[in-house]
Amino acid sequence: MNMITRRRAFGIAVGAAAAVGLTACDKGGSAASSASASPNAEASGPALSIPTGGIDEVYEGRRIQITLDPGAHHDGQHMPGMPNIKIDGKELHLMRNADNSWVTVVNHYETFADPISAAKAAVRDLQGANLLPFAPTGGTP
Amino acid sequence: MTVRKSQSKLTAEEKRAFTNALLELKRTGVYDRYVNAHNAFLMSDSDFGDRVGHRAPSFLPWHRRFLLDFEAALQKVDPKVSLPYWDWTVDRTPSSSLWAADFLGGTNRARDGQVLDGPFAYAGGKWAITVGVDARTYLRRTLGAGGAQLPTKDEVNSVLAMPVYDSAPWNSTSGGFRNHLEGWRGPGLHNKVHVWVGGHMASAASPNDPVFWMHHAFIDMLWSEWQRRNPKSAYLPAAPTANVVDFHGKLRPWNDVTPADLMDHRKFYTFDTER
Repeated sequence: MNMITRRRAFGIAVGAAAAVGLTACDKGGSAASSASASPNAEASGPALSIPTGGIDEVYEGRRIQITLDPGAHHDGQHMPGMPNIKIDGKELHLMRNADNSWVTVVNHYETFADPISAAKAAVRDLQGANLLPFAPTGGTP
Repeated sequence: MTVRKSQSKLTAEEKRAFTNALLELKRTGVYDRYVNAHNAFLMSDSDFGDRVGHRAPSFLPWHRRFLLDFEAALQKVDPKVSLPYWDWTVDRTPSSSLWAADFLGGTNRARDGQVLDGPFAYAGGKWAITVGVDARTYLRRTLGAGGAQLPTKDEVNSVLAMPVYDSAPWNSTSGGFRNHLEGWRGPGLHNKVHVWVGGHMASAASPNDPVFWMHHAFIDMLWSEWQRRNPKSAYLPAAPTANVVDFHGKLRPWNDVTPADLMDHRKFYTFDTER
């Protein structure tokens, strides 16, 4: 695997960054204040945003890649810039909340301020384990 | 009539009967069908689209029906078994008897969160995780690690005092009792307990941990207590509303039951506190 030891700076200029949390939403985005959005999000540092080219970095030995999927459709809603997260090449399913916070399949009962915080929390929980495709079907026990 | 008891009041024999019934459902594959069914809803319930099991007014009736089905499956194995509830406002430490080797087992290993003792320890050969988000096949918990806190009785009482059941936009940003009990707003009740247990309970594959049922049995009990304290408050929305299930709307996946059918738990079971 092509090991990357530090963030690959696609759109490193902060001014050029597209803040996913602010742009990904075209419905219900102002339903709640950002102050109450994410009590469990990482507190360190300023709020991270996703450069327009995406994020590709190594955190605790795991490669985190986040790409924006422009024009994605989710549940019938047009949501430009829906991010996709991969950890060591395996998809980490991500869901956006109406207040623009995020949950993943690894931490489904706490919210994060942005996709990179959610991805890092997942890396910590995985403790080196690989993600599996997680696509439950049906719904009838 | 089924009586649901506090897990702390179960006799040794009742604990054994409950865990044996769980192991039997696991052995026959029935258990993992419930894990899969729950996860399918957790993944598809969306603030931006249809939602029925989570982040929606029907969070409470949906889980009531889901638990009833699961309890019926347990009772097919052993008619004497009922779902115990875990009152985490009282039994709130990793040293609680809930996590002892004769019941659910505990967290014995910080390195990987693996549950090493009790009936659900991987080494026992009867509880391999098959429906999970990652490749680890052993049951995991973290029980309060990283400073996680369980909700307090005062926090529960503050939510039980909220007179309005739910409100627009009927999702994870709503005001009202349901969303505060579910925990997307306010002190974070239901969600916070999932996070405190950690491991599988914190993930989208949460029912892999048998404490899922005991946690939700208590959430269900809190709903009935809210009804008792707020007798004039009704389920909302009362009329058809986009993306969510109103009082007389059909609940998926059953499609033959409505929130109205599930308002009174005494049609199905009572709690030991009501006797």
